[in-house]
Amino acid sequence: MSTDQTGQGGSTASTSARYPHGQGRDLVQLVTPSGERVSHPEFDYWVRDITDEQLCSLYEDMTVIRRIDVEATALQRQGELGLWPPLLGQEAAQIGSGRALRSDDFVFSSYRENGVAYCRGVDLTDLVRVWRGNASSGWDPYTVNMATPQIIIGAQTLHATGYAMGIQNDGADSVAVTYFGDGATSEGDVNEAMVFAASFQVPVVFFCTNNHWAISEPVRLQSHIQLADRAAGFGIPSLRVDGNDVLAVMAATRVALDRARRGGGPTFIEAVSYRMGPHTTADDPTRYRDANELEDWAAKDPISRIAALLDRKGLLTEELQQQVKDKADAVAHEMRTGCTTMPDPEPLDVFKHVYSTPNSWLDRQQDHYARYLASFGDPAGAVSEEGAR
Amino acid sequence: MTQMTFARAINAGLRKSLENDPKVVLLGEDIGTLGGVFRVTDGLQKDFGTHRVVDTPLAESAIVGTAVGLAYRGYRPVVEIQFDGFVYPAFDQIVSQVAKIHYRTRGAVKMPITIRIPFGGGIGSPEHHSESPEAYFTHTSGLRVVTVADPQDAYTVIQQAISCDDPVLYFEPKRRYHDKGEVDEALDPAAAEPMGRARVLATGTDVTLVAYGPLVKTALDAASAAADEGISIEVIDLRSLAPVDYDTVVASVRRTGHLVITHEAGQSGGLGAEVAASITERCFYYLEAPPVRVTGFDIPYPYSKLEMHHLPGLDRILDGVDRALGRPNSLSGLEG
Ligand SMILES: Cc1ncc(C[n+]2csc(CCOP(=O)(O)OP(=O)(O)O)c2C)c(N)n1
Repeated sequence: MSTDQTGQGGSTASTSARYPHGQGRDLVQLVTPSGERVSHPEFDYWVRDITDEQLCSLYEDMTVIRRIDVEATALQRQGELGLWPPLLGQEAAQIGSGRALRSDDFVFSSYRENGVAYCRGVDLTDLVRVWRGNASSGWDPYTVNMATPQIIIGAQTLHATGYAMGIQNDGADSVAVTYFGDGATSEGDVNEAMVFAASFQVPVVFFCTNNHWAISEPVRLQSHIQLADRAAGFGIPSLRVDGNDVLAVMAATRVALDRARRGGGPTFIEAVSYRMGPHTTADDPTRYRDANELEDWAAKDPISRIAALLDRKGLLTEELQQQVKDKADAVAHEMRTGCTTMPDPEPLDVFKHVYSTPNSWLDRQQDHYARYLASFGDPAGAVSEEGAR
Repeated sequence: MTQMTFARAINAGLRKSLENDPKVVLLGEDIGTLGGVFRVTDGLQKDFGTHRVVDTPLAESAIVGTAVGLAYRGYRPVVEIQFDGFVYPAFDQIVSQVAKIHYRTRGAVKMPITIRIPFGGGIGSPEHHSESPEAYFTHTSGLRVVTVADPQDAYTVIQQAISCDDPVLYFEPKRRYHDKGEVDEALDPAAAEPMGRARVLATGTDVTLVAYGPLVKTALDAASAAADEGISIEVIDLRSLAPVDYDTVVASVRRTGHLVITHEAGQSGGLGAEVAASITERCFYYLEAPPVRVTGFDIPYPYSKLEMHHLPGLDRILDGVDRALGRPNSLSGLEG
């Protein structure tokens, strides 16, 4: 816990006074699990502007995405979605960081960052399109400045680093932010991304949500040291933050974004949180996970925590709670309706967008398949699940 | 004889290999405590320990690359790649190292590595979970590439693969994992049909239908459906994709005069092209019509709502059979 990373990573030495590195590796925390606001000599500065009203809105966001998550899980159970990766427990990490971003920053995430997508303004129906099996992607990345979710573990960290190289070339002050899990830190891609990011000192933030599990594998299998401490080996300064404390996450993200905007290069953030649900709706965590562990983490629940903070401040009125609940219900309802009324794709859609311009070779395959469907008279009914047995 | 699922049969085969040879070690993501996402390695870590059944960090290149080192050291690693689409981070280790070390060292170093890959579609999964990457590997010399089509074969071939001194890619048709079949656990794999040989699963006189892995069952169903229409189909389960047992296919085509090949992978550069070309070379004067391929399209694997359009089903295979036989079909009247 004593690794002092001040001075690691080239240009950061001279700016160490302004940018806290989390000296010592204790978790940065601004709000305790019981909702007490504790002051922090370095990080308070980064959330000094957060008003009571904004605190309430963070509470609302977190409640809404939990509701989205629960609704999507229910939709999967009802057969409306093929699969869903729950983010239950990770609301503070996603909202705290997502709300810290500027609209011209660009996000490259994994499949679990639906809360971040919500912050980016992704349409609710678009959020479930892929999981319903109706499309390969739910949204146009350029309309929300967020790439579509990545399933190949860690691949997106390289894309973020490349995007950041482009930002640097362009002389812009936006930032690329990439989200990944604790398991991902073992992949070659993530390590190579850190090499490039440090070599070129590009404006990228590596946001690692340490939710303690990579499917059945505990984080200790991926790393012998704290994940944040890995970054030092690449010459990248890092922060280790309580991922269930929305204010602390926001502060840490702002530190990293500010450093990147000022030309200070990459930052690695380890947000320590917990995946309270299964890995996906196809997973059974009881096979590998101790129920007591879940209980311990439930006591640190990120939403209860901000609610407790609001309560201490006298802000958690019944009116606010009702208002937040209504909003969450409305959002969930909108997503459900969008999901269940989504039209099925047309069979020949499979041939669309393979290339940017048509080519006769694929056109021929499409034409042949159209004739095949037509040979049944009723194109839609021609190919049943049966037919694909 | 015991009734068991496909997944269970592989599990039983792995168990036998672990019992029989202390040098066999299993490596992969989630294969220990969880027993694999498909439960294929269920219970093995409990019984053989964490040194023989190893939950690895999440890094495919490392999983295969360390298997190479273990093989240098005299072990027989059996690697699980969780899903087909996740083999690519390990591609370099497989094609540049695993495949070539025996050749590079003039036979001094053996690479008895088995790489298990659940492959193919039909289970409604998201992107990267339904691919058929076999052609990337059949194009690489030095690798043996096999696949299985029923529990008995799965049980036998996994043991043959593990005891083979060459690297073997063992493709498991994941949509068949829950299919049940009789398995004779007493069957000695050394005495069973070698994994390099194709099998004739149904005899017929009109057309030779070649399939492998997940489509073998579909091909057999197509053959029975065709029989009702008076068409006699000979179904060959290719089993070994590299090297291909052409002798078995040649013998069949010389009798039927017609060849249809089916696979889930896209058509271009696929195994069907290779079989069609090789059979055309060897059977040109026996063929009464050009070989026909019934395959996936040349598109990225589509989202699940449309995957049944991409995957060759029974009707599409029968349409291909009609084309090979010059019977009325969806392309009748079209020129080449
Ligand atoms: C290259 C690759 N290998 C394996 C998988 C299968 N897989 C999907 S999620 C996952 C665990 C990821 O854990 P982590 O990085 O900690 O992220 P989390 O799911 O906990 O958010 C695995 C092994 C994959 N998607 N991609």
